[in-house]
Amino acid sequence: MLKRILHRVWDWVDDRTGLPAMIGRMATHLVPPDAKWWYVFGSATLCAFMVQVVTGIALAFSYIPSASEAYSTLQFISNDAPFGNFLRGLHYYGASAMVLMVGLHMARVFLAGSYKFPRELNWATGVLLLAFTLAMGFTGQLLRGDQNAVWTVVVAAEQAGRVPFIGQWLAHVVLGGDTVGGATFTRFFAIHVFIMPGFIFAFVALHLWLVLRHGISEPPKPGKLVDPKTYRQEYKELIEKKGKPFWPDAAWRDVVFSVAMIVVIAVLAMVSGAPQLGKPPDPSIIDATPRPDWYFMWYFAVLALLPPGTEQYLIVYGPLLVGIILIALPFFSNRGERSLQQRPWAIAILMMTVLMIATLWVEGVKSPWSPNFKAQPLSASVVGATNGPVFLGAQLFDDKGCLNCHMIGYDGGRRGPDLTDVAGRLSKNQMILRIANGAVNMPAYAANLTPAQMDALVAFLQTRKMQLP
Amino acid sequence: MKEPNPEPASTGCPASPAELSRRKFLARLSLAVGSIGAVIVTVPVVGFLLAPFFVRRQEVWRSVGKIESFKIGTTSAVNYEDPSPLPWAGVTAHTAAWLRRVSADNFIAFSINCTHLGCPVRWLPKANLFMCPCHGGVYYEDGTVAAGPPPLPLPRYPVRVKDGEVQIQTSPIPITN
Repeated sequence: MLKRILHRVWDWVDDRTGLPAMIGRMATHLVPPDAKWWYVFGSATLCAFMVQVVTGIALAFSYIPSASEAYSTLQFISNDAPFGNFLRGLHYYGASAMVLMVGLHMARVFLAGSYKFPRELNWATGVLLLAFTLAMGFTGQLLRGDQNAVWTVVVAAEQAGRVPFIGQWLAHVVLGGDTVGGATFTRFFAIHVFIMPGFIFAFVALHLWLVLRHGISEPPKPGKLVDPKTYRQEYKELIEKKGKPFWPDAAWRDVVFSVAMIVVIAVLAMVSGAPQLGKPPDPSIIDATPRPDWYFMWYFAVLALLPPGTEQYLIVYGPLLVGIILIALPFFSNRGERSLQQRPWAIAILMMTVLMIATLWVEGVKSPWSPNFKAQPLSASVVGATNGPVFLGAQLFDDKGCLNCHMIGYDGGRRGPDLTDVAGRLSKNQMILRIANGAVNMPAYAANLTPAQMDALVAFLQTRKMQLP
Repeated sequence: MKEPNPEPASTGCPASPAELSRRKFLARLSLAVGSIGAVIVTVPVVGFLLAPFFVRRQEVWRSVGKIESFKIGTTSAVNYEDPSPLPWAGVTAHTAAWLRRVSADNFIAFSINCTHLGCPVRWLPKANLFMCPCHGGVYYEDGTVAAGPPPLPLPRYPVRVKDGEVQIQTSPIPITN
């Protein structure tokens, strides 16, 4: 009885809206039979985005996007609100998952040559979605509204400032004024919550429409070339002969993988929680160590390691050039081989990119170029003297900031060379020359040390020999 | 993706030349009127978003302490408030500067923002150096670059002594261009 009523309601809705039939046709569109586990990353990205939308809306119920309130509302969400910290964790690891899945999806499409004819615009819209995703990650980090957020905005503004002609103006647009202030957070809130999600919804719709229009690319076969003249016909024949309905023949893998991803996000949110909030967003607190979230850590390293002469150009044109190359890729290479066996360069490019980002990421985490402000004064056992020039020299080594950038034993900075064994490498005169004159990455101390102090410092350094066991 | 279209086809009845030109006119009319509507809404929106960046901020002098509280030859951090912070700016309305007293009546106010990418530089009083926590920029006590990536010396803010008070003029965050 109930079943019959439900059936009639369903039929009525189907008749009046036409939606079930349309969705049904979309869901059961035919896909190549051997599109298997490699094809799950796109839907996982979409799933991560949905997690972000849902958790983001929930967070917005308690978040006040004002400079004076954002920080305290985040503390409330993190410390007091039931499920608050878990929710923030979901939003953070959801963002991480989305960045990761976009990357994997892009790598898969690149390796399989799926961006070639007729799917050039699938790729191009995908590149834009990557950019929007990164913009979301960046603005999201700012909305934490802590000290790190303030300095992240400033660093972003300084990068915008390097644009020729309009740089100054652009930098102030990023800041939302002449300094970080009341307007900064409300603007980033509007961008993070309305503008960027709007773009993402629109481009996801376009991206999916293109997927339906051109069909999911068939796994490549060596020797089977893409020819724009014949490709569509061949694809149609393949699909009509061997295609399987997307739902449920292929979709079940997407569901399984996406749910596994959600489980990982939830476990991470439960176990390690959301990122800790830093100090309050007071730009006059100078004691700060600004660092980006993990997905930008490698770029933080790029900014530290750019050769000084090129920096002015690369800060602006580097990212622009990468974006243009990515979008242009399918327009330069839209035919021919798709199989990796015939495209060794594709593997090489991807591996180099991954290696480069991984290496830079590790460097970013270590940031050896940053002075170590936490270095402890050298202990008596390390110094090996409690009075005399060696002792005085060791004190100067602490006081004059040497230890911030040089290792002695197991403490110190990593900007300059490790000086644990410097007496084995440099003579007394060489030391004096270097200390007095400095180098590209070392201040000149000639005006900063009296001759007696210089003697003491060098006397100390002359005792720095590796003790052989 | 073809589906039977339940809507009446637009080419249902053959159109006469007069009707065609009428259609062309109506299409153009709709686009023109629609554009007017779009402009009416867009102009105030764009204006509201961008106008703040064309208004010149009125800078003011802020006292940062009595002259005798700064020892000659020392550099210390001072705080002051932005010229006209929004009511909800909270602690973001604060700004800091490094104030160096060079002689009895000569002060230099340095921006705390590194000229590389704007991070707050720290003053190491014993070493007489400013060090940046982000990418390893180092400056001498006079603000010139000692080491690392900064392309320019630390910017200086206008500073004066008035009625026994040291005053710094508020300034935008210096942007290296």
